[in-house]
Amino acid sequence: MYDVVRNRGLRKLREYAAQCLIYTAVLLISAVFIWLLIDLLRGGLSHLSWEFITELPRDAGRAGGIASILVSTLLILLVAVLTAVPVAWMTAVLLAEFVATGSWFGKAVRFSLHVLAGVPSIVFGLFGNAFFCVYLELGFSILSGGLTLACMLLPILTSTAEAGLRAVPHVYRLAASALGLSRAAALLHLILPAAAPVMAAGLLLGIGRALAETAALLFTSGYAERMPDSLLDSGRALALHIFDLSMNVPGGDEPAYASALVLVSLLLGINILAMKFAYGLQRSKLMS
Amino acid sequence: MPIDQWLPGILRAGALIALLVMLFILLFLIGESWPVLSKLSIVQLVTDSSWHPLEGAYNLMPMLTGTVLASTGALLLAIPLGLASALFTVFYAPSYLAVSYKRLIELLAGIPSVVFGFWGLTVLVPLINQWQPPGASLLAGILVLTLMILPTVTVTAHAALAAVADELVRNAAALGLSRWGTIQGVVLPAAKAGITAGIMLAAARALGETMAVLMVAGNVVQYPETVFDPVRTLAANIALETAYAMGDHRAVLFVSGLLLMGLIMVLSAMAEALEKQQHV
Amino acid sequence: MNIEQEVGKCDPFTLGPLEAGPACCDPLPVIQVKDLSLRYNGKPALEKVSLDIYEGCITALIGPSGCGKTSLLSAINRLTDLIPGCSVNGRILMQGRNIYDRDENVQALRRQVGMVFQKPTPFPLSIRRNLSLSLHEHGITRKTEVADISEQALRDVGLWDEVCDRMDSAALNLSGGQQQRLCIARALALQPQILLMDEPCSALDPIASGVVEDLICRLRGRYTVVIVTHNLAQARRIANYAAFFWVSGHAGQLIEFGRCQKIFESPRHELTAAYVNGVRG
Repeated sequence: MYDVVRNRGLRKLREYAAQCLIYTAVLLISAVFIWLLIDLLRGGLSHLSWEFITELPRDAGRAGGIASILVSTLLILLVAVLTAVPVAWMTAVLLAEFVATGSWFGKAVRFSLHVLAGVPSIVFGLFGNAFFCVYLELGFSILSGGLTLACMLLPILTSTAEAGLRAVPHVYRLAASALGLSRAAALLHLILPAAAPVMAAGLLLGIGRALAETAALLFTSGYAERMPDSLLDSGRALALHIFDLSMNVPGGDEPAYASALVLVSLLLGINILAMKFAYGLQRSKLMS
Repeated sequence: MPIDQWLPGILRAGALIALLVMLFILLFLIGESWPVLSKLSIVQLVTDSSWHPLEGAYNLMPMLTGTVLASTGALLLAIPLGLASALFTVFYAPSYLAVSYKRLIELLAGIPSVVFGFWGLTVLVPLINQWQPPGASLLAGILVLTLMILPTVTVTAHAALAAVADELVRNAAALGLSRWGTIQGVVLPAAKAGITAGIMLAAARALGETMAVLMVAGNVVQYPETVFDPVRTLAANIALETAYAMGDHRAVLFVSGLLLMGLIMVLSAMAEALEKQQHV
Repeated sequence: MNIEQEVGKCDPFTLGPLEAGPACCDPLPVIQVKDLSLRYNGKPALEKVSLDIYEGCITALIGPSGCGKTSLLSAINRLTDLIPGCSVNGRILMQGRNIYDRDENVQALRRQVGMVFQKPTPFPLSIRRNLSLSLHEHGITRKTEVADISEQALRDVGLWDEVCDRMDSAALNLSGGQQQRLCIARALALQPQILLMDEPCSALDPIASGVVEDLICRLRGRYTVVIVTHNLAQARRIANYAAFFWVSGHAGQLIEFGRCQKIFESPRHELTAAYVNGVRG
């Protein structure tokens, strides 16, 4: 009896200790996170203004705004998305609808996407520099940077699109076939529309990933802070701007804070939108 | 019918591009590394006196050590914190708190590395500097990395814990096990493979992370004696020197890129094997 | 014979009252299954099945689960093509031509042979679009024509009055029975000769099931129906012919085929007798 009672006391203590530790950890994480957010908001809001968004940077970015940076970022994103999306979605349709899981081609494509997903962004930067900038002679340009990011986006765009396509119930394909629809028509009218929310969510996640990327752009799209004239012009992405202001420009902290706030708000908006699409999928799944 | 005949062909062309991108990456990394791989011996990357690329001394070991130390330190902090967060959301928190805490973690996951680096540079580094100068140090790198991989650990552990069947938990409770007893005796063993897979992914992310560490760790090529010494990681080294590197120097940087990629491949392959185990 | 001819003359879209089906006293085979074997990844699912499906009649495929009834059904419109690892040996003759010939136009075949699945499978589109999608695909694009055919198909399944004022709302908002009738209408809109039904009532509640069953009875004579059902009472009520399948060894086999009445009242094979009397299976 005595042993049991003592063990119960010990167990209670252990129970209590575990709970305390877990709550402490959670409080600590929340505190640090809120600290970070408040810092970002306080530092950013004091410098943020409409002029900051619309003016060109002056004095290495210490003064003026980030208009040209935003334009460059947008162009890099456009290049990346416009090249990656067709390839990724075609691959996803092929993998989900046409290729048997055991076929060598499907396996090879799947494996290469798997490898790509594991490549660290700095290595994408090295590759982009060697291939696009040097070998294809595109130089430090928005085109080089965008294409490098496109390679980086391939795995995430493909895997989300494939997951979306696979989530479409198989009976739709059977029913469409039984009605004599061609596979292309079934795909176009039924399966792609049903998978569209997930594909859109994946696209947004990909855009977010590209927007946050710095290391892969470091030596592909270059540093130039002026307004780009063409896709072959060097252009500085927003994330890179923050890096440059904080590391290489003494007294660049204030605009860096404001730029960071702009970047984080953009990413937040994109993530919320992506989640909305993903939830939309769950709801439509419940309905059927 | 004709459209059904040519559609797979077109799609195949798209997939072929994805395959080619992977091949090209390997091809160009190996191609650019070739001068070193063929001319200098690999041993040199370990035995050279130090990292003085302009004088032809290419010892990567200090950077490799820095990378491993920073990642290990971050994992040591992030694993308990992430696990605690996941346990909190699954077993301890009332549902409204669990949901908002999960949102918070997701938000954390959405912050780009350059912003973490910037915050570390303007807030953490001065703080550490007041305590143990110079501030920009292995410790700052570890702390920033911890924040960055914490969401990965939390989200994967949460998924693994939530996947443990409710039935199992109810049965354990029916046997009179306490909450922690259930977690320790039933839930954690059942979710072990999934949690470990998440840790591997987090480790891969920590190894490959460039900007945040680059901004706070001081980037001095040396073996750190304490956590307050500045270090340089492999990824940071690539980021710092690729822009101006020529000849052998450039090739060595590509070799370090290959090395980094190899390390990460091994980790993610292990994570995948573990995930498969979890699903069986 | 003259009953069959009369049927042929009728307007293809006005279903008569329940009793209008022919007695099938002198039937013509419209599908002949010859020595059909079916394998999934090399594992036999159906072994050497031969039977005739008679025009204008309802043929019920009965037997325990896993004996290959559904596989046979999907072999008739070559839906087996979509199942990875499924291989079919033997022939299925439809009006004398083998549908497994290399140059068979599968899309045209599937237009001729409609199919209704166990669970209602309306597409996640509007009711109107559910009907028009396949019509468009088969070259019927004139708006008025599509609307006329859709309306007639919905009237045939008794759904028109229930949905005519909400044709543009989502088909998934219909009840289970309505969804199943929409699926039948969708198949009928293509004016098939043959309708394959894979347990069309089993996912429905008893009332909706009754409505669909009545509908199937009214299809008799106008369409050739092949129906898989686990509900023996239903098979007995609606079918003209019945085919009894049983798993022997590893694969499903056809044990007995004949007039429905004969199968249920004086079966030749003892397995059939045991099954229809509820002793086995």
